[in-house]
Amino acid sequence: MEEVSLLKGNEAIALAAIRCGADGYFGYPITPQSEIMETLMAQKPWETTGMTVLQAESEVASIYMVYGGASTGKKVMTSSSSPGVSLMQEGVSFLCGADLPCLVVNVMRGGPGLGTIQPSQSDYFQSTKGGGHGDYKLIVLAPASVQEMADFVDLAFTLSSKYRIPSMILSDGAIGQMMEKVILPPFKPRQTAEEIIEQCPWAATGKPANRKNNIISSLELDPSKMEKKNVERQERYRIVEATEVRYDEYMCEDADYLIIAFGSAARISQNAVETLREEGIKVGMLRPITLWPFPSKVISKYAEKVKSMLTVELNAGQMIEDVKLAVNGKVPVLHYGRMGGIVPNPEEIVDALKKQM
Amino acid sequence: MKEEIIIAGFGGQGVLSMGKILAYAGLMHDKEVSWMPAYGPEQRGGTANVTVIISDNKISSPVLNRFDTAIILNQQSMDKFESTVKPGGILIYDPHGITHVPTRTDISIYTVRAMDAAAEMENSKAFNMVVLGAYLKVKPAVDLDGVIKGLKKSLPERHHHLIPMNEKALLKGMDIVEKLK
Repeated sequence: MEEVSLLKGNEAIALAAIRCGADGYFGYPITPQSEIMETLMAQKPWETTGMTVLQAESEVASIYMVYGGASTGKKVMTSSSSPGVSLMQEGVSFLCGADLPCLVVNVMRGGPGLGTIQPSQSDYFQSTKGGGHGDYKLIVLAPASVQEMADFVDLAFTLSSKYRIPSMILSDGAIGQMMEKVILPPFKPRQTAEEIIEQCPWAATGKPANRKNNIISSLELDPSKMEKKNVERQERYRIVEATEVRYDEYMCEDADYLIIAFGSAARISQNAVETLREEGIKVGMLRPITLWPFPSKVISKYAEKVKSMLTVELNAGQMIEDVKLAVNGKVPVLHYGRMGGIVPNPEEIVDALKKQM
Repeated sequence: MKEEIIIAGFGGQGVLSMGKILAYAGLMHDKEVSWMPAYGPEQRGGTANVTVIISDNKISSPVLNRFDTAIILNQQSMDKFESTVKPGGILIYDPHGITHVPTRTDISIYTVRAMDAAAEMENSKAFNMVVLGAYLKVKPAVDLDGVIKGLKKSLPERHHHLIPMNEKALLKGMDIVEKLK
């Protein structure tokens, strides 16, 4: 039988990274995600799998270490929390411009600015709409349990390298700090140099005589060439939107009302759904797992069936914009949220839903 | 079975680790568990609290506003959490440092003089285990055996020699817990 551990979400991310054969982690400590690097340092994976773990001098340095590592086809990652992730945005844009696969973990805290150290989901816009400049997307996964924190590390790396799009695990202080039962993924060996050359023909792995230089850059001074690169990238985004949408449905089949929530807000909302169902109110919950690509199709399908929708987010109302686009005016869409690090309790959500009935 | 517990007191009293050991004990009983701390600067001197849920079924929200049991270790926490105990629920507190005693009549209230007991044992670190012992006596959601196993699992090997002391403290708590009403 697989061993069941009791872990914090942050610890699960670190252990899963070692197990899925990551080559490198570069980060800078910040609450509420410091346990990720702490756990990696305590595990000393450089003595076992050969994974590099390095505390950089800043978030800006760590994201460019990720850029460097990714350029050579290595599986590399960083993690931070909201203010730190803001510092990384230039590098994220460059990674997207250079079509480099990597993983960025954001364990969100209340903002804007330095904000608080308590849980928040106010970086939804930054993560899904592009926090840096240019037409780019990240594949954004939103775990709602410690188990998903563990499982999504490998998934994020896999999707990222398949499409050469940086991936992000968008979590928050609640999921990062809470402990739950978790079964860690099995060990996968790190890729060998030969495997990287075979699977990443674009990577800077040393130039053999029979091919041109591989140049990793986001710069192209000829606009017609740059447009072509952008068009090709957008085509890849359309494929991701068509094939990689993930979501979870809870009691949606006969629902009159639909709650839409991700991450920790979904956990709390699920409890509210249980209470409302006990009272005979037909409520369901749809939980986007990929925030980009967003599950627009299934939401527009429910817009034909339910009376109204409620987004529950730990922010002022960000995902609601994507829900409204999907619903396209067919039913009312309302928002309930708390900000600045305050986590709502299930009762507040029950009340918010009753109010809109 | 579903037991929703809040443990609240000062940072440094062992509130978070008590919750952790309780969660591990739940794990030893093959239950679903969640441990959700109110983390942050509170841990360094202010109030600290943790929500622990032990359940037969998958746990939805790790964040709650109503609890089956509240374990309260300072006045601020009493002010904040007395009202959050579900009717018919349980409140356990150490009278040390409590100036306004709980007044609810629709819940069962217990006291455990854990601070005094720990002083008697000449081990202030035994405090949280005395409190946990009181809880085990009042509400056997997990048993002593599960807690000992949980301790073994949560403590690094080098601290395993402390387990007999912890067991003594747990038994002390089970012994001295008193029902008020």
